[in-house]
This record gives sequence, structure tokens and C-alpha cells, in this order.
Amino acid sequence: MEQEMFRPTQQTQAISPFDVHASSALIANLRKRPRWGERFIQGFLFFCGAVSILTTLGIVFELGKESLLFFQTPEVNLIEFLTGTKWQPTIGEFGVLPLVNATLMTTLVAMLVALPLGLAAAIYLSEYASPKARGFLKPILEILAGIPTVVYGYFALTFMTPLLRTILGSETVQIYNTFSAGLVMGIMILPLVCSMSEDALNAVPRALREAAYGMGATKLETALQVVVPAALSGIIAAFILAISRAVGETMIVALAAGSGPNFTFNPFKAAETMTGYIARISGGDVGYDTPDYNSIFAIGLLLFTITLALNILSRKLSARFREVYE
Amino acid sequence: MTETPFPNNAYAIELRNVDIFYGNFRAVKDINLQIEPRKITAIIGPSGCGKSTVIRCFNRMNDLVPSAHLNGEILFHGKNIYDPDVDPVQVRRLIGMVFQKPNPFPKSIYENIAWGARVNGYRGNMDDLVEQSLRQAALWDEVKDTLKKSALALSGGQQQRLCIARTLAVRPEIILMDEPCSALDPIATLKIEDLMRELSTQYTIIIVTHNMQQAARASDFTAFFTMDTDRAGIMVEYGPTSQIFTRPKDKRTEDYITGRFG
Repeated sequence: MEQEMFRPTQQTQAISPFDVHASSALIANLRKRPRWGERFIQGFLFFCGAVSILTTLGIVFELGKESLLFFQTPEVNLIEFLTGTKWQPTIGEFGVLPLVNATLMTTLVAMLVALPLGLAAAIYLSEYASPKARGFLKPILEILAGIPTVVYGYFALTFMTPLLRTILGSETVQIYNTFSAGLVMGIMILPLVCSMSEDALNAVPRALREAAYGMGATKLETALQVVVPAALSGIIAAFILAISRAVGETMIVALAAGSGPNFTFNPFKAAETMTGYIARISGGDVGYDTPDYNSIFAIGLLLFTITLALNILSRKLSARFREVYE
Repeated sequence: MTETPFPNNAYAIELRNVDIFYGNFRAVKDINLQIEPRKITAIIGPSGCGKSTVIRCFNRMNDLVPSAHLNGEILFHGKNIYDPDVDPVQVRRLIGMVFQKPNPFPKSIYENIAWGARVNGYRGNMDDLVEQSLRQAALWDEVKDTLKKSALALSGGQQQRLCIARTLAVRPEIILMDEPCSALDPIATLKIEDLMRELSTQYTIIIVTHNMQQAARASDFTAFFTMDTDRAGIMVEYGPTSQIFTRPKDKRTEDYITGRFG
């Protein structure tokens, strides 16, 4: 975009419209300038934006191409893939539901931890905490966000699972189980939910809080009935992003949830998630160009579709719940 | 506008030797002010003289600023509202507030009014209360068909009357107005002033205003504040509006109202 600025010069004030000579000098001064530096920067910025879009397109293309290979295999068909409850590539059973189910279970557990705790922590930080408490707690939450997921994975495997086994009994809780992985994943996602929700709550104008207090509302009434609804679109965006993050999380589930597809609704049993399966197969014990190997691209594409759908949903929901304030 | 001297009994609210601090900074000092019940009292003065700080201490709104604290007494029905055993939430219920910029909740018109009543435990017929409050705020005829629509769709002047209606729905005794017309056009401003006059038959109104004509037009009593040499706000003069504007006793008041203030 060319936005030439008109710079008033000394002459503009001095000349009268009838001074022909001065007018032509002024008009000459109005001439467009090339501004190569601006153009270069603009081009560079456009390139930076384009890289991310092109990368996404490349991923979609690659996923699609390899998935096509998978779906061209004689023993595979799309309907069976999406509705089958058995995933045993060795005997030609390619039903993705066990993997999807495990992903949904770990995600659900993670969300049950991360959403309420994250939102509550955000409300505390934004509405209740003194500046001092806030300055102390926020960095700690950020540290939680900085822990590598592999550490969380071992935390789930070597701390959370034994703890669950002590509480609920080792006959109920298997060594690998989706519940433990989900719990730890929830802890991992909590800072994300908290900090995004807090940003949304903080963005609510002070005037709205004052209006509520001025009418004799308590702090809790103000926080829950005025501030949270006003920030709802941001909070929902945080929730959906958290869900996407949980659906895509790999390391924790690969380490702690189990490494065998298992169609079960019992969260204390081992079950492999979509990401866990992809990680295991790409890790190497399956031959290149076999249906097993190609299947990971189909699963990747499915994951991509799920997160894309969640993102679209997030936009729709935030638009729907948006309480516009000035 | 009455010229009667203040009766010695039954003030709506009274400040006694009030100092207000933000941290170590004394924002206003030694204010003694008696507010007449069911009258309109205007607080005028130049920017930075502590008008808003003072009006916000009447319902403990300053409590929300962590560094603020107050010395002295604010007597409401003979009770100091800054006593440790007083609940600021209850104070604000009885002493409502309308702010500088219209700040309706991002909810429907109906909800804006019902919400305050509900959090205050109102048990009666909500539809009646909403209608009555909107009528009192001279807004009913304009919004009666759009009660379910967002309050933010209203014009600035309508929003401000909605904020007044919402305050009335809580049934306060005193209504504080912190420059309620500063964001409004002259016509909307006159509507609010008419409304204030109407409401003053039932409510005590305290208004902070930058607009001296507004104070002269719309108030019964006027308090003139200015800044002292140490930047603390002080009250220079207080009396019936007609006296303050025609026969000010203090030179500083006279300079300010005649526009000679620097």
C-alpha cells in the first residue's frame, strides 16, 4: 500500500494561491517519492507472513499425499477407518476409533483439570491478588509453562501413576493409563489457560467493575457476573486453544498412556493415543511404505482436521458470546 | 433555589476533618462538608483539586485503590462509614454512583437494571422494578420495546440515563454523580439535569462537575474546591448556589467563577 504523506512545508503557509511560481514549486514538492527502503521492509514483512502460510500448505499437501497412499491400500477403506473399533495393522484392521478414543479421554481428563483450575487461578490473579502476590505467582506459573513435556511425561509415569496406584489400588490402575497422562497434561496446560484467561479478564475496563461495586455488588458477584461474562470470548478462545494443545500433545501420552491401541472407556487402563501412535511408528520399527507406516499420515491428517475444526469452532463461539464493551 | 441557612440537624451525609491520601501524597485535606438531604449539591473546582477523590469517598469507592486511605469521619445517619465494622458493600448499596463515562454492563437493557437489584436481594416483581426505574430515569418511552437489546446499542445520553435507572433500582438514599455529563452533548446534558431536578424530590444528589453553568443551573448548593500550595485539594467555600455564584465570599471563588482562574 502506498500512503504518501503530504508534508506541509514552510512555503505552504507563506504563499498565496495567486503566486504562480511558488505554486508550481509546491506542486513539484507533492510528487510521489519512490521510498525503496519502505518497499523493501514491506516486502520482507509480507515474506515472513507468507512463510507460515506456505508451511501450513506444505504440511497439508504432504499429509494429503501420503494419506492418499494409505487409503489406496486394498485392505483399507475410509468408512472402516473412521468407524472401526480395532486397530491392528498386522492383520489388516485399520479402525482408528481406539486411538481417537484414547486421545479424547486424555484430553477430557486434562480439560477437567486445566479449565476450572486455570480459570479460577486467572480470576484470583486478576481480581483478588495484591500486586505483590501477583508479582510472585505469575513467574511461578510461567516456570510451569517452561518445563519440557518429556519431564512431564516422566512425572506422570514415575510420580502420578504410582500415586494413583497407592490411592486406588494397583489392581485398578495399570502402569500405563490415560488418566495419569491426562492429569499431568492438565497441569501442563493450566498456565496457558490461566495466562490467556487472565489477559482477557484484565482487558475488561475498570469502569465496568466500578459500576458493579457502585451498585453494592460484592467482589465475587462482580468477578463472576460482570467481569467473566465480559471476558467470555477471550476465555473461550483460551479453552479451545487448550483443547487443541491437549489433542496434539505427544510426549506425555507416549510415555505414560500406553503403547498399544486399546478401545476402552476405562481411564485406568493403558490405551494409545493418535499422537502416541504416530510417535511410536515414526520411531522406526515398521518398514517404510507399508500400510502401517502410511497410516500415520492419515492419522496426522485426522488430527490436523480435528484441531482445525476446534479453531473454527473457537472463532464461532467467541463471536457468538462476545459481549462488546467500550 | 433556597437561600435558607443549613439546619443543624439531619444532614444526608457529613464530612468531618477528612484527609485523603494516595500513598504518602495527601490528595485532599481537612474537608468539612455537610450535605443537605434531598437537594442537589455541586462540587466544582479546577482539575486536580480532588473533586473526584472526594465524591468517591462518600461511598468508599476509594477502597478499590490499594494505596488510598482516609483520615477523619464521614457521618451517615450518625455513623462513621469508615469505621472498621462497616461493610463497604452495604454503604455502596445505600449511596449509589453514576460515573463520568456511561458504563452500562454489556448485557441487555433489562439485565442492566435487574442485575443490581438481584445482587441486593430484591424479591419483588422484576418487570415492575425495571419499568419503574426506567420511568424514573425518563428513559422508559425510548426503550420499552427494546428491553432485550444490548444496552450498548443506546446513545451516550441514553446509556447515562440507563446508568441512573440502574442506580435507582437499588433504591439508594444518596446518588453520587461524578461528572455525569462530561461525555454527553448539550441536549443529553439538559435531559440529565432535568432528571436530576426531578430526582432531588426523593434523593440526595451530589454532583461533581467541570461545567460551571451546569452547577449554577442545576444545583441547590455549591462547594468550591481548589488546590493548595502543597497540591492538596481544599474546600474554599460552600453555600447556596445562588450565593456562591453571585456573592462569593472568597476571592479565589470569585476568580474561578468569573473565569479569571489561571
